[in-house]
Order: sequence, then structure tokens, then C-alpha cells
Amino acid sequence: MIGIVDYGAGNLGSLGNALDWLGASYITASGPKDLAGADKILLPGVGNFGSALASLRRTGLEAALRERVREGTPFLGICLGFQLLFEGSEESLDASGLGLLGGRVERFTVARKVPQIGWNRLRLTRKTRLFEGVEDGAYAYFVNSFAVKRTAPDLVAARSEYGESFVSAVECENVWAVQFHPEKSGPVGLQVLRNFVEA
Amino acid sequence: MLAKRIIPCLDVKGGKVVKGVRFGCLQPAGLPVELAEKYYAEGADEIAFLDIGATVEERKTVVELVRRTARRVFVPLTVGGGIKSVKAARELLLAGADRVTVNSAAVERPELIGELAREFGSQAVVVAIDAKRVGAGWEMYSRAGSQATGLDAVQWAKQAEELGAGELLVTSMDRDGTKQGFDVELLAAIGVRARIPVIASGGAGGLQDFYDAVAVGGADAVLAASVFHFGELTIGQVKAFLKEKRVEVRP
Repeated sequence: MIGIVDYGAGNLGSLGNALDWLGASYITASGPKDLAGADKILLPGVGNFGSALASLRRTGLEAALRERVREGTPFLGICLGFQLLFEGSEESLDASGLGLLGGRVERFTVARKVPQIGWNRLRLTRKTRLFEGVEDGAYAYFVNSFAVKRTAPDLVAARSEYGESFVSAVECENVWAVQFHPEKSGPVGLQVLRNFVEA
Repeated sequence: MLAKRIIPCLDVKGGKVVKGVRFGCLQPAGLPVELAEKYYAEGADEIAFLDIGATVEERKTVVELVRRTARRVFVPLTVGGGIKSVKAARELLLAGADRVTVNSAAVERPELIGELAREFGSQAVVVAIDAKRVGAGWEMYSRAGSQATGLDAVQWAKQAEELGAGELLVTSMDRDGTKQGFDVELLAAIGVRARIPVIASGGAGGLQDFYDAVAVGGADAVLAASVFHFGELTIGQVKAFLKEKRVEVRP
């Protein structure tokens, strides 16, 4: 049973549709108790970095997430759920991130059109479970104004280019996260979700 | 670099897909969910629904269509037609739309763009620019192309961006349904000033038109309806042609 963390940031319907398509069962977790029955955790998110963290802290979900991740529960972060894993973000300078991964989230500064909205290529940097069955150079669907440009290289699973190079996916033991939206990335995205469902 | 997006558009009325020529004369073209699924399988980068009935009863049909499509189609869905409020937009977004398109209501009440952007983020707000050539420029039209607004289309596009639009859907009313190609000058005039993506619409006839829209007009995405609905071109053909011409597309 996958627990989708619901902290009021955006619409979980599309993710639910993709998981239904894959035949995976899930519950939405709006408090720590709801996560108790989940053997995998999915942290989605659209919206503001600082308000997402405030909401995770207020509901007690942050502590529960940390504990479950430390125990080795398979975890997948998506979009803002990817960014929240890092130490902080230029979007909300006064909020500290979950800090599970080293690095900061910064604004895109080179591309003329920000946010990035559309299909970008994944340059797979090494063999990972996250991208099993996905080809190097496959396209995924992104919507983001901020990105992680620098982190420990051995965390990185894929990088992409949007005027400048940024990290589009990470994998560190049980912690997986993607900057793109697998639920909107066609067959490639469904494969990524399938890899998580079957992990 | 982002791939140029190819977006089939489904104009929906009475639960069916119809496609107009010059904003009139509708002929039925098929069932929406099935068509959307077919285009998804063929490699559409996004699917657009335009509710051209845009009445209260019609809205319920469209919400249901979006809901059913979102269960089977895993690329972004953009829905427009008659959206006047945050409430109407929310209903569509909750049903599975990723973006809503507004035109008339935004012309009548420009604050709507900001309200939608604050509530759902700019990425969820597409402002449709229906433009008709007047002298050396273009005039913005509203109400499905029936009403001249007196606004300069290029200036309105810039204003819409400043108000919080995340994308611009630029339709040439002179070209819509004519298959004579997109108005690349209109696309370039808006695109050169825009810091948000521009979607070209109105006039797709042949493969070269798609190329011109991105290469000459500078569009980030190209939307077309009848050439796809009537089987004149497939999405695969369009992408293969663009790829051969060294335009980046998603396979």
C-alpha cells in the first residue's frame, strides 16, 4: 500500500489515475497516523516550497516522513516533493528544507522563459532502479521555475538542460525523487512509477 | 532545450468533437475520449479540449469528459471554453485538467488571470488570443471570435503575461480552419516579446505549416484540429517531418 502524502498542495487526482492504471493500491495520508499502514511513501507537490514545509510541520508529517525514510521505507518525491528533500530553496529563503539530501534549490537564471513548461530529455548518469526500462535521452514532462543545480554526484540519477544543467532525478538507497511529473510523462513516466510500485 | 509540442485540439459540443471552419459551420468528427486516447497513443504531447457550447449543462459534460480522459491519458490536458471564475477552473482542474484556457472572461475582467494564477499557479493558466489582421496589426476578438474587443492583440498578449498567464494560445482567426498555414507574423510579433511559451493555432494544412510555425513564427507548441481528426496527417508524420528538419520533438 502506497501512502500519498497530502498536505494540501495541489491535485493528487492525476497521480491517483496513474497508480490506478498500474493497478497499485494507495491511500492519501494527511497526518502521521495515515502513514502507519503504508509500506511505500510518495511525496508529490505543486506550489510553494515554504508553505509546503509549513504544512508538513504543522501536521506532524515531517517527523513521520523522516522516521520512515530512516527505517528504509521506499520513498518517491515528485516535483516540489523532490525539491523539499534538499536543504533549502531560493523560493523561500526563510524556510529550511527536509535536508535529507545535500544541496539547495535555485532559480533558473539562463533560460529566457521561466517556468520551464514542457518535455525535456533525461541524461541518465548511471544505472539506477528508478530508471530501469527507461532509455537514456527519453523525454519527461517538467513544470518548474526552480531546480537543483549542484549536489553530490553519486546521488544523481539523471540530469537535464534548461539553459543550464540541472538535476532531474536522484536515487540514494530507498530515497528516489524526480523533478519531472511521471504521471504526465506518458509511457516513460508510467515506467518510472511502475519501478517504484514494484520496488 | 525543450521539445516542440504537438497538441491535437478537440472542439467539443454536445459530448461530440466538432471542428469549425472560420469559427462556424460545424461538422462532427468523433467521440472525445476515444480520440484523445488515440492521439495519446500516437505521441501527442498534450491534449486540448475546447468546450464550444460553454453553457452550464455543457460544462458538466466537459468535466465528465476530462475526468474520463485523465484516467487513460498520461500527458497534460488543457481545457478551455466559457471559464469565467476560479470556481469553474477548479472544477476542471480537479477533474484532471492541468491547465485552463481563458479568453472572453479575461478580456471582460483581466483580474481573472491573476486570480487564477494565485490560486493554481501560472503554469495552470493559458490565455487564448484570438486575433484578426487589421491594417498593419492584429485585433483581439472574444466570444468565440464573434466580438471585436478593440484591443491590440500583441499588447494584450503582453498584458496577459504581466497579469500572470503561464502560456499564450495564439489563434489567427483569418487562418483558422482554412488550412492555409499559421499566421507566422502574428506568432513572431507576440513571441518575440513573450517570456512565456506561445502555442500556435489556426491554419494547419500541411507538414510545412508546422515547421513554419516553430521555425519562422518561433512557437513553442503547435495546436491543430481538423488535419488530425480527418486523418489528413498523423501526429507521427508531423513529428517525423520536424525531426528531419532538425526541430527537437519527443519521439
